[in-house]
Amino acid sequence: MRYLPKSPADREAMLKAIGARSIDDLFAPIPAEYRLNRDLKVPRQMAESEIVDWFRERSRENGDGHATFLGAGAYYHYRPVIIDSLISRGEFLTAYTPYQAEISQGTLQSIFEFQTMICELTGMEVANASMYDGSTAAAEAVMMAVRLTGRNSVALARSVHPEYREVLETYAFHQGMPLATVPFTESGRINVQELENAITSDTACVLIQSPNFFGTIEDVEAVAEIAHRKGAMLVVSIAEAVSLGIVEPPRSADVIAMEAQSFGVPLGFGGPYCGVIATREKYVRQMPGRLVGQTTDRSGKRGFVLTLATREQHIRREKATSNICTNQALIALMVNIFMNVYGKVGLKELAKQNLAKTAYAAGQFAKHGKILFGSAPRFNEFVVQTSEDPLAINARLLGHKIVGGLPLKKFYPELGNASLWCCTELSTRTVIDTAAGFLAESEHSEKSAKVETAEEVAR
Amino acid sequence: MPYPTDFKYTKEHEWIKADGNTATIGITSHAQESLGDIVFVDLPKVGTELTVGKTFGSVESVKAVSDLYAPASGTVTEVNGDLATAPEKINKDAHSAWMLKITLKNPGDLNSLLSATDYEKFVAEEGGH
Amino acid sequence: MKHMTPKATRNVSQNEGLIFEKSSPGKAAWRLAPLDVPAVNAGELLGESERKDLGQLPEVSEIEIIRHFTRLSTWNYAIDLGMYPLGSCTMKYNPRVNEVVARLDGIANGHPYQPGKISQGALRIIETLSDCLTEITGMDAITLQPAAGAHGEFTGLLIVRAFHDSKGAPRKKVLIPDSAHGTNPATAAMVGYAVENLKSNASGMVDIASLEAQMNEDVAALMLTNPNTLGVFEQEIHKIAEILHAKGGLLYMDGANMNALVGKVRPGDFGVDVMHLNLHKTFSTPHGGGGPGSGPVAIKKFLEPFLPKPVLTSKPDGTLDFDYDRPQSVGRVRSFYGNFGMFVRALAYILANGPDGLRQTTEDAVLNANYIRKGLEGAYDLPYSSPSMHEVVFSDKVQAKKNVRTMDIAKRVIDYGFHPYTTAFPLIVPGALMIEPTESESKEELDFFIEAMRAIAAEVEEDPEIVRTAPHSTRVARLDETAAARKPVLRWKPG
Repeated sequence: MRYLPKSPADREAMLKAIGARSIDDLFAPIPAEYRLNRDLKVPRQMAESEIVDWFRERSRENGDGHATFLGAGAYYHYRPVIIDSLISRGEFLTAYTPYQAEISQGTLQSIFEFQTMICELTGMEVANASMYDGSTAAAEAVMMAVRLTGRNSVALARSVHPEYREVLETYAFHQGMPLATVPFTESGRINVQELENAITSDTACVLIQSPNFFGTIEDVEAVAEIAHRKGAMLVVSIAEAVSLGIVEPPRSADVIAMEAQSFGVPLGFGGPYCGVIATREKYVRQMPGRLVGQTTDRSGKRGFVLTLATREQHIRREKATSNICTNQALIALMVNIFMNVYGKVGLKELAKQNLAKTAYAAGQFAKHGKILFGSAPRFNEFVVQTSEDPLAINARLLGHKIVGGLPLKKFYPELGNASLWCCTELSTRTVIDTAAGFLAESEHSEKSAKVETAEEVAR
Repeated sequence: MPYPTDFKYTKEHEWIKADGNTATIGITSHAQESLGDIVFVDLPKVGTELTVGKTFGSVESVKAVSDLYAPASGTVTEVNGDLATAPEKINKDAHSAWMLKITLKNPGDLNSLLSATDYEKFVAEEGGH
Repeated sequence: MKHMTPKATRNVSQNEGLIFEKSSPGKAAWRLAPLDVPAVNAGELLGESERKDLGQLPEVSEIEIIRHFTRLSTWNYAIDLGMYPLGSCTMKYNPRVNEVVARLDGIANGHPYQPGKISQGALRIIETLSDCLTEITGMDAITLQPAAGAHGEFTGLLIVRAFHDSKGAPRKKVLIPDSAHGTNPATAAMVGYAVENLKSNASGMVDIASLEAQMNEDVAALMLTNPNTLGVFEQEIHKIAEILHAKGGLLYMDGANMNALVGKVRPGDFGVDVMHLNLHKTFSTPHGGGGPGSGPVAIKKFLEPFLPKPVLTSKPDGTLDFDYDRPQSVGRVRSFYGNFGMFVRALAYILANGPDGLRQTTEDAVLNANYIRKGLEGAYDLPYSSPSMHEVVFSDKVQAKKNVRTMDIAKRVIDYGFHPYTTAFPLIVPGALMIEPTESESKEELDFFIEAMRAIAAEVEEDPEIVRTAPHSTRVARLDETAAARKPVLRWKPG
């Protein structure tokens, strides 16, 4: 097998050195009744060309070359090519976790820079080296608030990504943490009146997302005021990182739980992505996840090390802040390089383009369907209500290699025929106009059908 | 290092010095030596109730955490604020870098603790093998 | 010593500061295509939510970014450079075809919510990998949702808990051997279980008498690693499973050490009810400096109702889809479907190997570990004489007499051109040297390693100071971790 660097002569020499007659001797510790004496029923060994062919077929079956209007927690942005050039270097790709600092300075320094940039972007004082994704980052941030306040329940906005809420439910259930879900108003924002009522003396934190699942930017200040007045912490989840280029970060949050996938991470059918937790320095000892700190070596040279490891599983074991071990380091490196490529000026321009494309699309769609949540500002997603079921409209769009917005009935049935549309810098005017055209056609047919029925009834 | 004779000691390497109804608590020089460079001490707030034998906080070095066990029951009246910014004081002089002052609930708790000589013997035996 | 060994030589390496130290207004590495829609006034659209200041983000050019990260990368050790003898990490070769297929357009750019009609490729990948992994483990069903091993442990224990709850008899404790990896007790606590330690016997295996004494109707599960962290196969696994099952407990297996088992024996066959796998260990997906990983959880049929949702299913027309109608599911453990990019890579690895390749891989892994064991016996203390599978654990007992510890020896290994072995555990061996070479090492690389370790053992006798103060050949040496923990500096600050 071509990944195994041994010749039969090597194996023989080694067995001899060990004093074993055959390799079977070395597997003798396995009780005979369990030893497999047949081949595993997996596909036969393939040549490299066959492997590529097999996956190429899968790629074709997976709609390569389609334009998309999907967002909802996973965003299609351009990935600068140097990201892959750099992360494909073996010294990054095949390196281990940087426990041995002397021979991991490359990884450690890049994480330190990542932590710094996340702080600048989010307005927080300290950031960790990554969590699995936005959903688990949010759940872990909530657990942090529970530990810090000594309180046990959570008030969360229904406008938080439905799957993030599901994950929180799973984590909360086993810690006996009651969750109170707070509805949204017709602005798309959390209902602050209901929020007031939902917070009790046992509420550890309020969890909102901004921009939220509908793309609407929450009134973070108002929510913070209520939460803090009642002794609860504010956790803000951010799913679309590019928003931070043009939208004020939630500076009054106590903990920010981000998904950084928009920053140069491929959509990849849902993962791997890159969660991050950022917070204030005073909470650092309750933060989960790895942290890299700056220090000096014995000759006074600057260097970097993993630090505050006593929070983590390999030392604290059952009292750890989290059980996380492997995180998303290589993905965080992609995010790092992306932030460097765009930088201070580029991120703002990128965010402005997203804003412009979405405003244009919303404007076009508004001519044919009803745009919901119009009274609050939004970033790069909007919700449109159509007469026809969006699934049917999308089926027609798919024939033109366009993936339409996400039908929302499954998550928010009360919104009827609503769908969530996202535009990024990669959305073209042509495709937006085409989609708007399909919407127009759909509305027209629906109206004619109604007119015909009415006429029939009249007759 | 001589262990102060007016202290009493626990098998978990805490020391306690009684003064009528109040007592001062810290960890022994042997403890700080085994821990190595101390980086952080987690202590309870004033007013907290300590229960003899139960954990009341922890002390961290770079690679390890050690729980702190209450040598006696009582209420915390004072916490050594120095240790928040300079935990290394414990490494420098563990027997004067006190952690907590408490009002004793049962001064009799101290009777079952080790004397300086007994503690010295205990440490020697522990490290023996 | 001169800074030359058979395996490594000193070399000029580039210095590089922080990227912020290179930043200067006006430098740029980006250019956007011009807008084909009207520009907008952000202030008008966003009002008070408009961000005015992006703070201290860098402004640098493309070549500076390339040089920055390339220079940084040269400071790292990596599998591509040489062996990592790290125990229980399985640092094997990361095949490059995995990287190519992961980047095919339909695979790399598939949105998790895209319609089923254009998701059949991804779903077929999930199905094929799931089938291969259940066959390899001898289990009945699997979820690929957990993002890493620890996440898989969490999911596995959630399933255990849901099972006991469904019987109306929730249990309170989990038994964990004292040789276990730290994630095991950390996970048990997260799921709300109390942790009870289980002693190991003199052979380093689970002490059956202790297990019998501690097993009762309050124990939900035993979290077992097999082979354990000593590299030793639990020969009484049959008895272990029996004791647990007799009192209604479940056997959870931490699959971190699967590299000793693939193609030779299947956990499902020796009584495991639920287990997790580490795709970034056994199945060759890259470590990337600390992730991403993937921690699938495989189960026996009776636990199927509790799997996280959604579950992959076949429709009557033969197409694949996700089933969300799972009333007894433990719920979701993360958004979307898991670290799909790692599924692609793990599957490519399995296809590249086939049944014969997988078996040969396991045999070479065990052969390599035993070869090292033979080569180092005599130079280092071997605390347990039980046969080793894919990893071997020595101790620093001999060297400790000269006041040299495992951590010092580990640092000296760096001067010989290797990454250190695992020093931090298993906790039951004080001063442990935990070594797992994997099958990816040639005889030549192994011989270099054995030679290096023997040379260091000799140095300890003749010149212990050079070992105690190692490493001597790295860019930085013995970084002050105490200062880093006392006064943490976790970000760069301007000025």
